[in-house]
Amino acid sequence: MLQEESDLSLTIAQIVQKLKGSNLYAQLERQAWGSWEKRILKSLNSMCTELSIPLARKRPVGEQKELLNKWNEMGTDEPDLSLFRPVYAPKDFLEVLINLRNPNYENGDSLSFRTHLGLIQVPLKVKDIPELKEFFVELGLTTGQLGIDDSTQVPPELFENEHVRIGQKVLVEQDSAAAQQYIRQGSPTALRAELWALILNISSQPEDILYYEQLKTNVIQHDLLVDSLIYKDVKLTASNDDYYFVFEDYLYQVLLCFSRDTSVLAHFAYNSASPPKSYIRGKLGMEEYAVFYPPNGVIPFHGFSMYVAPLCFLYHEPSRLYQMFREMYVRFFFRLHSISSHPSGIVSLCLLFETLLQTYLPQLFYHLREIGAQPLRISFKWMVRAFSGYLATDQLLLLWDRILGYNSLEILPVLAAAVFAFRAVNLMEVTSLAAAEAVLADLSTLKVMPLLQIFLFATVT
Amino acid sequence: MAGKVKWVTDIEKSVLINNFEKRGWIQVTENEDWNFYWMSVQTIRNVFSVETGYRLSDDQIVNHFPNHYELTRKDLMVKNIKRYRKELEKEGSPLAEKDENGKYLYLDFVPVTYMLPADYNLFVEEFRKSPSSTWIMKPCGKAQGKGIFLINKLSQIKKWSRDSKTSSFVSQSSKEAYVISLYINNPLLIGGRKFDLRLYVLVSTYRPLRCYMYKLGFCRFCTVKYTPSTSELDNMFVHLTNVAIQKHGEDYNHIHGGKWTVNNLLYLESTRGKEVTSKLFDEIHWIIVQSLKAVAPVMNNDKHCFECYGYDIIIDDRLKPWLIEVNASPSLTSSTANDRILKYNLINDTLNIAVPNGEIPDCKWNKSPPKEVLGNYEILYDEELAQGDGADRELRSRSGQSLGSKGGRSRDSGRTVLTTWK
Repeated sequence: MLQEESDLSLTIAQIVQKLKGSNLYAQLERQAWGSWEKRILKSLNSMCTELSIPLARKRPVGEQKELLNKWNEMGTDEPDLSLFRPVYAPKDFLEVLINLRNPNYENGDSLSFRTHLGLIQVPLKVKDIPELKEFFVELGLTTGQLGIDDSTQVPPELFENEHVRIGQKVLVEQDSAAAQQYIRQGSPTALRAELWALILNISSQPEDILYYEQLKTNVIQHDLLVDSLIYKDVKLTASNDDYYFVFEDYLYQVLLCFSRDTSVLAHFAYNSASPPKSYIRGKLGMEEYAVFYPPNGVIPFHGFSMYVAPLCFLYHEPSRLYQMFREMYVRFFFRLHSISSHPSGIVSLCLLFETLLQTYLPQLFYHLREIGAQPLRISFKWMVRAFSGYLATDQLLLLWDRILGYNSLEILPVLAAAVFAFRAVNLMEVTSLAAAEAVLADLSTLKVMPLLQIFLFATVT
Repeated sequence: MAGKVKWVTDIEKSVLINNFEKRGWIQVTENEDWNFYWMSVQTIRNVFSVETGYRLSDDQIVNHFPNHYELTRKDLMVKNIKRYRKELEKEGSPLAEKDENGKYLYLDFVPVTYMLPADYNLFVEEFRKSPSSTWIMKPCGKAQGKGIFLINKLSQIKKWSRDSKTSSFVSQSSKEAYVISLYINNPLLIGGRKFDLRLYVLVSTYRPLRCYMYKLGFCRFCTVKYTPSTSELDNMFVHLTNVAIQKHGEDYNHIHGGKWTVNNLLYLESTRGKEVTSKLFDEIHWIIVQSLKAVAPVMNNDKHCFECYGYDIIIDDRLKPWLIEVNASPSLTSSTANDRILKYNLINDTLNIAVPNGEIPDCKWNKSPPKEVLGNYEILYDEELAQGDGADRELRSRSGQSLGSKGGRSRDSGRTVLTTWK
């Protein structure tokens, strides 16, 4: 009886702790995000002051006409961007995450966390490999996959033909849930654009096109400081990218509109962050003069445009491309650069990556730590960008198929760990962070599905 | 016979030399005993010219066919294709079938072209039929976009008129010869920009025809958005995709060099669907093979020779491919890091096929390398194999029937397809 009682009290204590912890998590999120947000805004405001450029201004009519004329080729003849710099880069954000601490740490109920040797020091719950195998069961060895079973050596009758046929059926029946289940095995190239739209419930109605045109008008009429940041980002990243440079002009058309889209503010309801606020000149601190800045509440960082770029391979009508990107952002991408305890949030993803590595590739993990090359420092940028710009396009699209299929970003840290596992032999021989970065610099030849399958289902753990 | 291959080249390019050196081959001069000579087109002219009387021995191979210009000179290519089509028509071959407008159904892959000044009057007749069309003038013997310009008025090419008082005997020489082709003013645009395809094709023998296509071709984009507007006809940055021209543009980017690997054309399948994209690639393979068949009868099929051609293809907005020209000496200069890797691998795979086992060659070998050495090449057409299967397969597929499962394979990794009409 005593034993049971003490067990019970222990359980109650743990529950209370968990509840307290969750409240603390919420506080933690708000605090951490709050200070980060302040930093970003400060950076933005100081850029503003330094360059004597207002956060927003109305364009004179002549300038409006000019912009309208070159709406389809904004990539050429760009303004002088040399004085602008990105508000922050992924590595700045990583530093913030590394410094997150849960004040309840020493009473944490996961003992094993004390031996966590990675950079993330927040004890969130993440899946282990058995749980991941269950979660990603359709990626198993006995299930056909696009990205593996559609290679030239495999006769299409074995899997590909039937899979395509099913995909066409799903589209005809416009069954969104079925599409989501289906796409776990990958999408045929020709069906992907429609399948993604079906899964995200995007249909291009006249009102959607009208909404996009309205945003475009906003862009023409008003110039925002963030516009220059967007320009700069596109010029630094997508314009130099082997796969996406062709679509440079589309990126402006999407991102400039995106920053003016106040409907994006709605996602802050489930995002523990809050949109940055700015105040009308001279009215600092007076809430009635507060506006969200930029209007969509999202300040772009270095590499932001890479979220849009892969979609250009699927959609070439600007309003449809826009809709798809916006939906992908408010469902998935925002989690990659805001602090939360959500299992698809970047903190959990980082922790999952580190835990996978430390648990299943301990030798590699310890070696890299020893030489000052904490693995997360290398893989962070891959995950923040959902691997865009690092993988070949066809591979990236196969990966994003699975993000949609499982409605989760957890596949990103699993892939990151799989990449490390794949290059483990070379990594064991390096003796510096720079050398480790070099081994992992070029992912463009990787085939993601075999890597994932081997890591999850074919590695002896 | 032991001993290392002795090589010579008059093209100082690292992608070549590194490949020779990694095989442990020995560099010699052309006056010494050599086994392998990677020559420029000027040199091949000398080697096989009547005056020099060069005799190649059995253990010597070179990288050009003696009269490659039948394919690689713009005017001769067109002449040979026209001749080939007429021959097929005479034979009553179904390949030469025409539609109700008199256009070849299967062999219309070269834009309407005339030689100047020889065909000047014929050209004028054609020009007057659609006076608002644009034509492109290209010098027969030049490369890299040199000397090319667009016209839309007869007055712009006055000096090529045969009756012109300004023409002298000098302009009749091949140096001044031009071809004028109907300009494809509705190219397929991606990101609003015009591009062309550069594909590499290796021919090891013309009779029987055996050719391979390199899987890793690339697209060359213009740095400026395309416009058919007549006010921009002079703007070469809009119209000419040659890297030699584009790299002088304001917006030229040295990182990607305006090049896309052919894999990225999965964009077409994503946005246009699999059927039309597969058909496009199938047609591209078709026109390459037909162009080779057209010149095969006139080609000096010297057994000491092989050749790696650079095919330039433009796709129009109806997804029809057009053969623009064939280069005997595709550039081995690398404009970007990826470029260098691609060209290095191209030469590597080419040498593996042309010089079996990297050993001293015997030009009498059957020129049938095992599958394992193909690398990134795939067999495009093997006449011996095709004849074994029966020639009528070719005709069946060409009359518009479905391509079958192999012909319709997905394009998402840019793999070339062994088409059903082999």
